[in-house]
Amino acid sequence: MTTLTNGWEIVVGLEVHTELLTHSKLFCGCENHFGSEPNTNVCPVCLGLPGSLPVLNEQAVELAMRIGMALHCTIAPSTFHRKNYFYPDQSKDYQISQYDLPINSNGYLDLPDGSRVGIERAHMEEDTGKTTHLGGSGRLAGADRSLVDYNRCGVPLVEIVSAPDIRSSAQARAYAAELRGILIATGASDGRMEEGSMRIDANVSVRQANAPYGTRCEIKNLNSLRSLQRAIDYEALRQVELLEEGGTVRQETRHWDEDRGETSTLRVKEDAEDYRYFRDPDLVDLAPSQQWQDAVRAALPAMPAERRAALIATITQPSDAQRDAIEVVIDLGLEHYVHSAVAAGADAATAISRVANEIAADLEHVANLSPAAFSATVLMEQSGALSATQAKTVLGELLEHGGDNPQAIAAAKGFEQLSADSLGATVASLIDAHPDEWGRYREGDDKLAQFFIGQVMKSTKGQANGKAVIAELQARRQGRSQD
Amino acid sequence: MKSAQTIANDVRDGSSSAVAELQRSLARIAERNDELNVFLYVDVEGATAAASAIDERRSRGEDVGPLAGVPIALKDNLCQIGIPTTCSSKILEGWRPPYSATIVDRLIAAGAVPVGKTNLDEFAMGSSTENSAFGPTRNPLDPSRVPGGSSGGSAAAVAADMTSISIGSDTGGSIRQPAALCGLVGMKPTYGLVSRYGLIAFSSSLDQIGPFAKTVGDAALLLEVIAGHDPLDATSLPEPAPSLVAHVNDGMAGKRVGLVRELYEGADESVVASVRAAAEALREAGCEIVELSIPELRLGLSAYYLIAPAEASSNLARYDGVRFGRRVDGEDVTAMMEATRTAGFGAEVKRRIMLGTYALSAGYYDAYYGQALKVRTLTIQAFARAYAQVDLLLGATTPGVAFKFGEKSNDPMAMYLNDVFTIPTNLAGDPAVSVPFGRGEENLPIGVQLLGPPRSEAQLFAAARVLEIADGRA
Repeated sequence: MTTLTNGWEIVVGLEVHTELLTHSKLFCGCENHFGSEPNTNVCPVCLGLPGSLPVLNEQAVELAMRIGMALHCTIAPSTFHRKNYFYPDQSKDYQISQYDLPINSNGYLDLPDGSRVGIERAHMEEDTGKTTHLGGSGRLAGADRSLVDYNRCGVPLVEIVSAPDIRSSAQARAYAAELRGILIATGASDGRMEEGSMRIDANVSVRQANAPYGTRCEIKNLNSLRSLQRAIDYEALRQVELLEEGGTVRQETRHWDEDRGETSTLRVKEDAEDYRYFRDPDLVDLAPSQQWQDAVRAALPAMPAERRAALIATITQPSDAQRDAIEVVIDLGLEHYVHSAVAAGADAATAISRVANEIAADLEHVANLSPAAFSATVLMEQSGALSATQAKTVLGELLEHGGDNPQAIAAAKGFEQLSADSLGATVASLIDAHPDEWGRYREGDDKLAQFFIGQVMKSTKGQANGKAVIAELQARRQGRSQD
Repeated sequence: MKSAQTIANDVRDGSSSAVAELQRSLARIAERNDELNVFLYVDVEGATAAASAIDERRSRGEDVGPLAGVPIALKDNLCQIGIPTTCSSKILEGWRPPYSATIVDRLIAAGAVPVGKTNLDEFAMGSSTENSAFGPTRNPLDPSRVPGGSSGGSAAAVAADMTSISIGSDTGGSIRQPAALCGLVGMKPTYGLVSRYGLIAFSSSLDQIGPFAKTVGDAALLLEVIAGHDPLDATSLPEPAPSLVAHVNDGMAGKRVGLVRELYEGADESVVASVRAAAEALREAGCEIVELSIPELRLGLSAYYLIAPAEASSNLARYDGVRFGRRVDGEDVTAMMEATRTAGFGAEVKRRIMLGTYALSAGYYDAYYGQALKVRTLTIQAFARAYAQVDLLLGATTPGVAFKFGEKSNDPMAMYLNDVFTIPTNLAGDPAVSVPFGRGEENLPIGVQLLGPPRSEAQLFAAARVLEIADGRA
């Protein structure tokens, strides 16, 4: 993260578009599905054929309300307007969007670091189709031919507009990540930035601390959280340099080039179109009943912040690595495994680590793994019945083939733990073979324990339990010192 | 010409057949269409197949519906699957919709036989059909005169006995004005009573589909068939179709009717005389006549010519050459769109798109479109106050009888003023019916207009029926 000098401060507001996971499009019955053959999910309504009329999708309203509620917004009676502009991927040459009366307004989002970012609004609108320009520059102007796929045209979107409360690129990234988690948790979106189901534009300006806001630039083409952070840093520095050289920032839309790592002018404000917004006379006002709102609110699942807190509470003073593992678990929505294991008496740290590593690595098969089988495996590892390596192998088997009996898998794999006698003999012979290392360990250099564990694992082909090795080493160190 | 009710009865009881009725209709079209330019497209093959199917179903003893075998004409801004639909515009020439309007499906389900698509002012913008890209329609009662518009073709089809009933659409008077000029009954129903799904939009908040007929009974029957909630139209009223035919002869005894000064002032003497005579006829039928003034109605015309073009400027944006209809190539997509729209739209359509674009523009919205919406609210409130005092209102439909070609076509304001009495009900979303009453110059028909509160169609038809009888037409 770039730190600005000379008293400059970054001011960022984010506009996040998310496609809603509805069965059908916002105003017609066409399937809302990414990746179909071009122009197969279309009908007279989403193609804007003469005479067709839009009818609002109730499920989209419900998902929009879920987002609003999760962001602590006020849900209010709202209207739909037409945003008029000519573009081939927009079948009616206007977009139906909410304008002065959005469904959700005045909310906030609390970030893991304790900061709060205001949410100005989260309104509903329809997506456009997708244009491919062939020949020429690859942009609209100068292309030889343009092909349009209207499958995406009319897919429901919610646009979440933050207040200009964000003060660093890292905070912007944290906001986007937390928002993504919320969108996934509500079931409103799959949050896939690479498929375009979540798209972020950043409004960036700089100012001297406590001065009025500077002129902002809107940055587009941010295809990942990393791009978001890099682009904000680049843009803030660009503006500071411009201002320090006595220049002025021009209000404009800028394009982020990920490869070159810079922004460039896309269009200036003077070119901005007059969208001639007016209320869409084909639609009626939207006023969800209190009863409907109450039902949606009651069914709202726990949000990431609450779920994160629940996991953090299972570990005393979690390390940074453990916090990262918890993020992975929350992000993937896998914490029920952890809670199940903890309820069965397992150590939370081990359970979190196994979920964040082994399960996360094989999400494709996660449905095969029952929380009970997972808990039993972690307990076996904890009791010493399985080494860490063996536990991972058992989990891998459970993920791949299912089943509810990790003991049987361990037995079939021949994972009999080394008996205490056998382990003692192995450790003794290794001490003899490595007198220098043993000497240093005996003098109190605990790092050497890892060396002996490694040697034990090597000679037992991973069948030993690391904790048991340490116990053996400690016993021998204490024993010797008593001599 | 038999009424639609008679045709349906004859087809149902076997004294006639759908095919015979269709042939009579097709023969009449063949006889007069070249002269009058009523139909832009006649679907001989489809209509014949539909008529045969009805006769066959009847022979099997099936119920073939309340409009069994009745040939019907559709204004060419209604989509019928596979049938060329042009809105009388070159920009849609050759386009065949892949779906049918809800009301077309309902008509066919009721046994009606759509015979073809009728001429209109381009995109329903006009009052004479002179704005059609495919030439004007002539008034069957006097071919040197206009039939009115924009639903002039649908009115002329019935006036020329090509069909007994037809469908039009009314945004500012486009059913009632041609009905008056062609001597027909024409109703604009309550906004939302008839589904707009498949009606090519001119001004979505004002457009409403309605019936043309020679008799009040036929108009009521036709509206009853097409009305009722449609889940494909979000502005469709939730209620099912009202019972109309059963109430046509309810009479008007004990009702209060307001004679509204603003709805006849400035009209030709013969028109004012007809309105007064209609009031007298209603009085004789037992109504109390109350003279009223509703000054807000004078603002209607200006508000309409901001709201309707504003919505049209957006509704007509989709005719860009990308997906359907005409395309004129250009250097790039933007140039193609511009060339397509320049070549495809006629002068009046362009005029209204520019008016509407201007009215919605940043910096002008409040002064024009915003102000017009306020007038609309005032109009709704003024009508509501009037209906707190009286059951229905009475006035003229048009300022005069059918005018000659070219008489107003070079003066947009003179043409726009032809709709001054019909526009307020569109702004309010209320129903109104035009019914022939009396005659003017050259013995041409005059229409008087009855207006009512939302969903008062049954009462409006009952009042229209009183005037129909008093006028000596049945």
